[in-house]
Amino acid sequence: MNKTDNELDDFRYEVRDWLEKNRPKKPDFLMPQSFMEVGTDEQFHYLREWQQKVYEAGFLGMAWPREYGGGGRSQILQDIATQEMKVGKFPFMINAIGVSWAGPLILNMGTEEDKRKYIKGILSAEDIWCQGFSEPDHGSDLGNVQLKAERDGDDYILTGSKIWTTLGNYAKYMILLARTNPKIENKYAGLSYFLSPMKIQGVDPVPIQKLTGEYGFCQTYFDGVRIPASCLIGGEGNGWRVAIQTLQYERNAEGGAAGGPTSEIPYVHEVIDVARKIKRDGKPAIENPHIRDQAIKFLITEVACRANLVRDEIPSLVIERPQSLSMSLKGYGCDFWQKMQEFAMSLQGQSAAYYVGDDLAVAGGRWHRAYFNSFSTTIGGGTTEIQRNIVGERILGLPKS
Amino acid sequence: MSDKLKIYPVINFSDEQEQLLEVATNFCRNRWPNERIRQQIKDEDSIDAYVWQEIVELGWPGVAIPEEYGGSGLDLAEVVTLVEPMGQYLLASPLVSTTVVAQALIVAGTDNQKSHLLPAICEGSVASQALSEPHGDWDLLNLNCKAEREHGKLSLSGTKNLITDAHVADIILVSVIFEGEPALVMVAKEDIPQSSIRRETIIDETRRSYRLCLDGIAVPVDNLLRQEDTIKALNRIELVSCLLHTAEICGANNAAINTVVEYLNTRKQFGRFIGSYQALKHPTVQCLQEYEAARSLLYYAASVFENEHEGEVAVRMAKAQAGMAFSFIADRAIQFHGGFGFTYECDAQLYRRRAIWHESQFGDGNYHRQKLAELLL
Ligand SMILES: Cc1cc2nc3c(=O)[nH]c(=O)nc-3n(C[C@H](O)[C@H](O)[C@H](O)COP(=O)(O)OP(=O)(O)OC[C@H]3O[C@@H](n4cnc5c(N)ncnc54)[C@H](O)[C@@H]3O)c2cc1C
Repeated sequence: MNKTDNELDDFRYEVRDWLEKNRPKKPDFLMPQSFMEVGTDEQFHYLREWQQKVYEAGFLGMAWPREYGGGGRSQILQDIATQEMKVGKFPFMINAIGVSWAGPLILNMGTEEDKRKYIKGILSAEDIWCQGFSEPDHGSDLGNVQLKAERDGDDYILTGSKIWTTLGNYAKYMILLARTNPKIENKYAGLSYFLSPMKIQGVDPVPIQKLTGEYGFCQTYFDGVRIPASCLIGGEGNGWRVAIQTLQYERNAEGGAAGGPTSEIPYVHEVIDVARKIKRDGKPAIENPHIRDQAIKFLITEVACRANLVRDEIPSLVIERPQSLSMSLKGYGCDFWQKMQEFAMSLQGQSAAYYVGDDLAVAGGRWHRAYFNSFSTTIGGGTTEIQRNIVGERILGLPKS
Repeated sequence: MSDKLKIYPVINFSDEQEQLLEVATNFCRNRWPNERIRQQIKDEDSIDAYVWQEIVELGWPGVAIPEEYGGSGLDLAEVVTLVEPMGQYLLASPLVSTTVVAQALIVAGTDNQKSHLLPAICEGSVASQALSEPHGDWDLLNLNCKAEREHGKLSLSGTKNLITDAHVADIILVSVIFEGEPALVMVAKEDIPQSSIRRETIIDETRRSYRLCLDGIAVPVDNLLRQEDTIKALNRIELVSCLLHTAEICGANNAAINTVVEYLNTRKQFGRFIGSYQALKHPTVQCLQEYEAARSLLYYAASVFENEHEGEVAVRMAKAQAGMAFSFIADRAIQFHGGFGFTYECDAQLYRRRAIWHESQFGDGNYHRQKLAELLL
């Protein structure tokens, strides 16, 4: 399967060429900045169409098995295609939850039937997926979720609610963590994991407005919802193990995703462009020594994050703490992005007072919106604080808090 | 313009590097256990002659010296894998300064100098560099020391400081002004009277540093390196030093993390291990993450070191990040050991002292970020 550098370069040009020829026309509405920010139907359809097109061109799910709808090709090709989409600033894959965690999970743990039923729809964005983990009273303490799943013959009956359900109102399926045994003392052993339908009687996703004023997530109510027992994945009582596996994908600690970007990616050079245009004391802000220093600090971290990914591929350079880099990816990277977007706002002088919608807002208010939205990455998928607990305990071997 | 800012790192890690890293780690662990560090602080030398002899027999001083001069003809990337474990075990050998001098000779030495001095280095000659002056400026071109032609010799004057291991060095590379321009001169041990060298008190007690009074020292004119290549050689010295210092820093940083983690896992207060408190756990994780970032940049810098521009950018990024990360953990190491952290006996001080020393050598984070701004913005 080893490809020569030439073959890889040829492939890169092929992708680049296809992407440029098929770049979707610039929308006349405000685009979401990640899959967690899709709040209007026009945004939804635009993005769904794009993912379908990328899939049909063969640049998504390239390394997933052919028999289920994947491309059956090598991961390195997918990585190249993904990188081209990122660097070229193409729209992200709307079905991120399917593509990046439900899909790999199903391929890893699902039955043959699950794979045939779900994988192709995940890739083509025909079937949008959402995640039902968090509840109003249990977020970080995920092991304590209480949504009830009661066995009734060949079915389970779901009662309770999930919250912060990204894409809940568009989703056809949910990966759902529920309590099948409320009596058992070990809270983890009472959990089961379902691939649960959303468009059925009794499921009610109600959109919640975000701090930006836009939409993207829901509270999802389950009122005696009947689902077949075949929706279980991993077997009854094994939900915690499946959830942990899901989080490994979600936190990028384990590969297997179908590929493609899942958010708009901000680069330090774009922030530096802002600093070139904004004036401080009559001169471009980028000439201010303090701003230069800050900009270079961010650039160093950006390069370091990329270098971490590269080093993680070399076993003898991660020998002492093999999971350290992959498990810190989310915590370290998301923190950096957030601070960088805050810096991009702070550069703007008086203009930092404006927000999306005002013609004087710098870059249409992109950086303010991005700063707000960056909290989706430092809260969602396990907060930065929880990530630090995990790295401290699993990588450094520190005692539990 | 902003293309310069689109940096996508590569890391090449050769089989030689992998082997050397393993061998060097074992070597340092065996030869330089913690008791040895404490003993050495009391000794006059930074390393004992026996251990240095072993390092010579392993061929390490010649790793990055071309084969035609008796070296192994490998790259500085391989030297990095030797120096990183030395940093981890606080083994302050003259390997770094010797390698740096050899690199300067390769760039600016005359044929005669190269064919004599490089093989000698491969066989164990210790080399050191005298580049700093008491003004404390990192700019290697800020020179007051002089060389002048007198009676067919070069007569030197002025004071050089922060010369590591000068008392055991067989040769010292000295920067001066000669005929109005910067120049580099080799000074042999024999030409330096005992009284011209005096030990300095420096923050890092695992190292030995000396001040050299050049007044009255005269050396053959042939000891001058090719003067037209002085700037090139000084640039090389700066960047090679930054790369190898970064390797040492990363090693020591790793050791400091382990020291902290060990204490957090053994000390109990309020009936719990203190490592269970997030006020200690979370900053320690942040220290780990900053260290990992530094180490990734180190191996990126090692991989592209010989590429013009990219090599310089990468190595300055690596040194800036590593210096910050090491200072961070070493500072927290004192605090997280409580009262014991305030003692001489606690290893935290060894790391904090070392971190301060490294920041003082070849530029701290602010300095390198300023250089990076010039290169990139
Ligand atoms: C934009 C967005 C999209 C999301 N999408 C989804 C989704 O699709 N599906 C889904 O299931 N969930 C989703 N979430 C929910 C997310 O996973 C939770 O918000 C997160 O796990 C935190 O839980 P919580 O909101 O209950 O906060 P809490 O757990 O109540 O945390 C409050 C604060 O306390 C801190 N804290 C809590 N416990 C500890 C501890 N042990 N140690 C230290 N600090 C602690 C937290 O870090 C946080 O700062 C989303 C969240 C956001 C913001």
